[in-house]
Amino acid sequence: MATVLDKPSSPVTPPSAGGGRGGQFRPKNAPSSLFDPKIIKRAVLESFVKLDPRTVAKNPVMFVVEVGSVLTTFYWVRELVTKTGNPLFTGQVALWLWFTVLFANFAEAMAEGRGKAQADSLRKAKTQSTARRLVGNKEESVPGTALRKDDLIVCEAGEVIAGDGVVVEGIASVDESAITGESAPVIRESGGDRDAVTGGTKVLSDRIVIRITANPGESFLDRMISLVEGAKRQKTPNEIALSILLAGLTVIFLLAVVTLLPYAVYSVRAAGSGVAPSVTVLVALLVCLIPTTIGGLLSAIGIAGMDRVMQHNVLAMSGKAVEAAGDVNTLLLDKTGTITLGNRQAAEFLPLPGVTVEELANAAQLSSLADETPEGRSIVVLAKEKYGLRGRELAAHEAEFIPFTAQTRMSGVNIDGMEVRKGATDSVKKFVQEKGGRIPTELDEITTRIASAGGTPLAVSLNDKVLGIIYLKDVVKGGMRERFDALRAMGIKTVMITGDNPLTAKAIADEAGVDDFLAQATPEDKMALIKKEQAGGKLVAMTGDGTNDAPALAQADVGVAMNSGTQAAKEAGNMVDLDSNPTKLIEVVEIGKQLLMTRGALTTFSIANDVAKYFAIIPAMFLATYAELGSINFLKLGPGGTSSSAESAILACVIFNALIIIALIPLALRGIAYKPISAAATLRRNLLIYGFGGLVAPFPAIWIIDRFLVLLRLA
Amino acid sequence: MTFNGILQIALFFGVLLLTVKPMGLFMARVFTGERTFLSPVFGPVERGLYRLFGVREDEDMKWTTYAFAMLAFSVMGLFLTYILLRLQGVLPLNPQGYGPKQMTPDLAFNTAVSFTTNTNWQSYAPDYTLSYFSNMVALAPHNWMSAATGIAVALALVRGFARRSAEGIGNFWVDATRAILYVLLPISLFYALILVQQGVPQNFAEYTKAATLEGASQTIGQGPVASQEAIKMLGTNGGGFFNANSAHPYENPTPLTNFLEMLSIFLIPAALTYTFGKMVGNVRQGWALLGAMSVMFLVGTFVCYGFEAAGNPQVQALGVPGGNYEGKEVRFGIANSALFAAITTAASCGAVNSMHDSFTPIGGLIPLFNIMSGEVIFGGVGAGLYGMLMFAILAVFIAGLMVGRTPEYLGKKIEQYEVKMAMLATLVLAASILGGTALGANLNLPKEPESTFATKLNQFPGTAYGSSSDTFYGATYNNVNNSGPHGLTEILYAYTSATGNNGSAFAGITANTPFYNVTLGLAMLIGRFLMIIPLLAIAGSLAAKKLVPASAGTFPTDTGTFVLLLIGVVLIVGALTYLPALALGPIVEQFQMSGGKLF
Repeated sequence: MATVLDKPSSPVTPPSAGGGRGGQFRPKNAPSSLFDPKIIKRAVLESFVKLDPRTVAKNPVMFVVEVGSVLTTFYWVRELVTKTGNPLFTGQVALWLWFTVLFANFAEAMAEGRGKAQADSLRKAKTQSTARRLVGNKEESVPGTALRKDDLIVCEAGEVIAGDGVVVEGIASVDESAITGESAPVIRESGGDRDAVTGGTKVLSDRIVIRITANPGESFLDRMISLVEGAKRQKTPNEIALSILLAGLTVIFLLAVVTLLPYAVYSVRAAGSGVAPSVTVLVALLVCLIPTTIGGLLSAIGIAGMDRVMQHNVLAMSGKAVEAAGDVNTLLLDKTGTITLGNRQAAEFLPLPGVTVEELANAAQLSSLADETPEGRSIVVLAKEKYGLRGRELAAHEAEFIPFTAQTRMSGVNIDGMEVRKGATDSVKKFVQEKGGRIPTELDEITTRIASAGGTPLAVSLNDKVLGIIYLKDVVKGGMRERFDALRAMGIKTVMITGDNPLTAKAIADEAGVDDFLAQATPEDKMALIKKEQAGGKLVAMTGDGTNDAPALAQADVGVAMNSGTQAAKEAGNMVDLDSNPTKLIEVVEIGKQLLMTRGALTTFSIANDVAKYFAIIPAMFLATYAELGSINFLKLGPGGTSSSAESAILACVIFNALIIIALIPLALRGIAYKPISAAATLRRNLLIYGFGGLVAPFPAIWIIDRFLVLLRLA
Repeated sequence: MTFNGILQIALFFGVLLLTVKPMGLFMARVFTGERTFLSPVFGPVERGLYRLFGVREDEDMKWTTYAFAMLAFSVMGLFLTYILLRLQGVLPLNPQGYGPKQMTPDLAFNTAVSFTTNTNWQSYAPDYTLSYFSNMVALAPHNWMSAATGIAVALALVRGFARRSAEGIGNFWVDATRAILYVLLPISLFYALILVQQGVPQNFAEYTKAATLEGASQTIGQGPVASQEAIKMLGTNGGGFFNANSAHPYENPTPLTNFLEMLSIFLIPAALTYTFGKMVGNVRQGWALLGAMSVMFLVGTFVCYGFEAAGNPQVQALGVPGGNYEGKEVRFGIANSALFAAITTAASCGAVNSMHDSFTPIGGLIPLFNIMSGEVIFGGVGAGLYGMLMFAILAVFIAGLMVGRTPEYLGKKIEQYEVKMAMLATLVLAASILGGTALGANLNLPKEPESTFATKLNQFPGTAYGSSSDTFYGATYNNVNNSGPHGLTEILYAYTSATGNNGSAFAGITANTPFYNVTLGLAMLIGRFLMIIPLLAIAGSLAAKKLVPASAGTFPTDTGTFVLLLIGVVLIVGALTYLPALALGPIVEQFQMSGGKLF
């Protein structure tokens, strides 16, 4: 066991095995940057289009701001016409209120930008292709849009597949880069789990017959376009709950501001000085108090979250699924391909008594020279690296290769009169016994020991003698233990699913550091496990690709289907991973969490901001009535302080309120910094940054803006 | 502040903390139907009552049924009280001969609502308005019933958290019966006897006529005071037997009774946090709520005490040294008056041993803000716990997202429905306080002829409450004794006290007018039922949910961070809603006082 390969020779290292994040799986058909000039240009235009009250009305907070903008604009015009009041002030308030709405619209448009650009490039893939429909034995040429479910079409090399379907005949290599951005072609063949093809992809070789499975408008490409574009975006449950909270706060502040007028009237009457605040001032106060920061950025955060998932080349069918990913308690991960590399690797040669390890390594290498399986290659490499045995040129010898068959369960080579075999211990035993050889008792001992350690034993024989055992080992991907530790810190339990026996499963589970495992798992077992976890109130996420995974994918709260998988699996899951990389589930969970955190952080920040705004506005507003309020005028704004009137203070707050939306757009789109630490630590950290920070930050900002306004004689 | 004063406050709080666990544990046993040492005595009575009224003890009510039972119980009580109050003239035990002249329809409405809602706001001077019968039969039962209702609702909400995938949230009748039989009754009995021993009267005698030293004649009220005093405090009712409430020597004769009265206000609200922790299976959760309550309470108390002890610079300038003694009983002193004021407003009791109107502006702001916090700093019996749980839900929702999960509290997901209901309750309370004050501060009711209107404006009644024959029309803001920001505070305090179901009066406002009686009555109804119903809806929704097992990814709600967060949310929601009003009331008044302007 001591000799573990530290450098797996197999090149099958999926892109995310190292746990990297940050866009290295960016689809090649999307703009790379969030702040691409093209996106910005488009977003600026969009923000004006989105001023339509019917659009704004979907967001109660911003709707109040827009109503306020209209109202103050009206007063501004009236003041200009009647030459009363202070049109310079009213006009500026109106202007900044419009900006507030525009900035919020801009944030949303920016969030949609990358998706829209991506949708455009996807549409290009959906060219008006013609399809060769099979009717009986005859082919007819029809436009792609005429295809209906269950039509049969023929596709040959160089042709674009006209619609989603299942290969019913033939095998072909297909270029799916239009969808996945991955340029390496994939194999699609009838029968099995690799029979699904997607409309808009291109056949590179051979000929296949496809049974269409989607009517026009319902295809994967159509869905993908509408998803990345956010056309049918629905608010997620948490987003709705948060909207309710924000609407409630808005009403409370509306009450506070509306009732402030009668209190002011009372106070002015009681004090005999000052005047009650104007409608413009009250509207300005209201807009400053209602949670415009989070209200303006809420939908942008949601869209950007979806977009981030998309940047990882995962297609989420709904925002709800991404949000649910953040809530996941249990991750079901398939062993092969997710936790371990797809193939076993030779880790050690264990000779029987009387055999040297070099002899064994030599025979093992000979038997594998012609073995092109990853296991075979790993044996050659191990022999070379550890015992300096170089691959020999076999052409010089008279060699006959014995391929592996399901019946013999062995492979090997007959060379220079030697018969070298390697295979399952039982098969090799039988082979040697038939030749009259003796089986040492140690063989079974070693076999059992390896099996119980989670490895696969391969016996090696030379003629009538068993030489020893090759220890094939499941190689856990690098960095997996750290990732599982991180997940555990976030309170997520990982369960490894494998078809291995419990002993093997346990060994690998221990090595990889997963919390639990399900051995000898059938699809029914998987389903039962999901249901059991859910009954305990937990949310479960899993990946799957086969048709028999479909029920479990549908049952799981987050089901990520591999794009290479079957149509059934893709339809059952609520996400499709275009890279077909099961490890990515972990990243999806992290994005989900980050999405929720960003919302929470900006909500807290937005509410905390109000304290400062109160202290800036209220004293300044009533200084004329009660000069004594100067004592809580910490910023010394307004009369007696920075300027002769309260107007600069009010205007400064309104401007701060608008600018903070713009300032926070990058944060909303990228998500707040995320660290895999416990909830308690995360809470402390974020409360400090966004709660306490939100309380303090506006004071200097408002003060500076106020100074500028006074300096520029704008107020 | 003196060392002695601080010591007394510390002693009070220390003793309170000692009662939390035993009392909380006892209530947890009572309300989960376990046997207690009182079962042999009250068990048969309890079962007898259920048989008599056809209550099935094991019937589990859905939240709607529970709410209906609670409402039916309250509304019946409300009507009955109204009728009894109006008919007091023809009913027995009325040696002073009070009748409908004293108890006008609007006052009867206000009073009936007030006692039903556990507010015990008194627009009238009880010793000059109510017969013994009205006191004992029409009003006193509410001291029990409204307190039991509060406890029952709190328990229903706690069950919402404790149960999983359940339909029901308990049985209102059983909860209310147990609250009275096992908790309120035995303690009150014992407590009343101590009060009698300390000199509180318990009789049906006619008022005593006495001659004062100056030779004037004085009427001294009598009556069954001790029995009402006990439940008035224990049930956080606060409706005094006498107008002067717990400042009256017959209600609160000695330092010991003063200490016991303060302790008995907080006894049940504090212990219920432990009961809550016990019932949800993690007592730390209860301690966290108690921690948040305690911090807010102590900070408030010391601010209040500090400002009262510092006194009024204008008075000191006249050569009167020391703190602010205006409106305080000298025998209780500043520390115990400030402490009592903080307790009675933090809990929605409303009994007073000093006049809050006479506190320094910031000293008076503390009681006001205690009520504005939503009566969650200990709060009324039951009401404090359910109010604090509502804030916990909001706190968990606002900040809980920051840990990257759908917010959960005690394993229950806080979703749309809960947020909607919690916001509804918060909003309605704010609307009632802010709207009521806006009306009161500006309304000008026409009706009375010019001449009498003008004269009435200049003839405020001698007592703060006026007599029931006063029917003021005209400007409602002229019903206050003081001008300027202090007048606004008086109006604000009235609507805050009514909506918060506190019942203490800032005094200085003549509330016994049709306008104030009706609007304050409505504020009390809103504050009570439009808070309870959404919360019961939350209880029902939570009970039906699965329990998400806690993990490292769960927002921890039994830590210091959560305590701070909870305090932050209570204070910020309160401050953001009421700061404009407070700025134009007590805050500006404080600075004006320093600047030499008094009202």
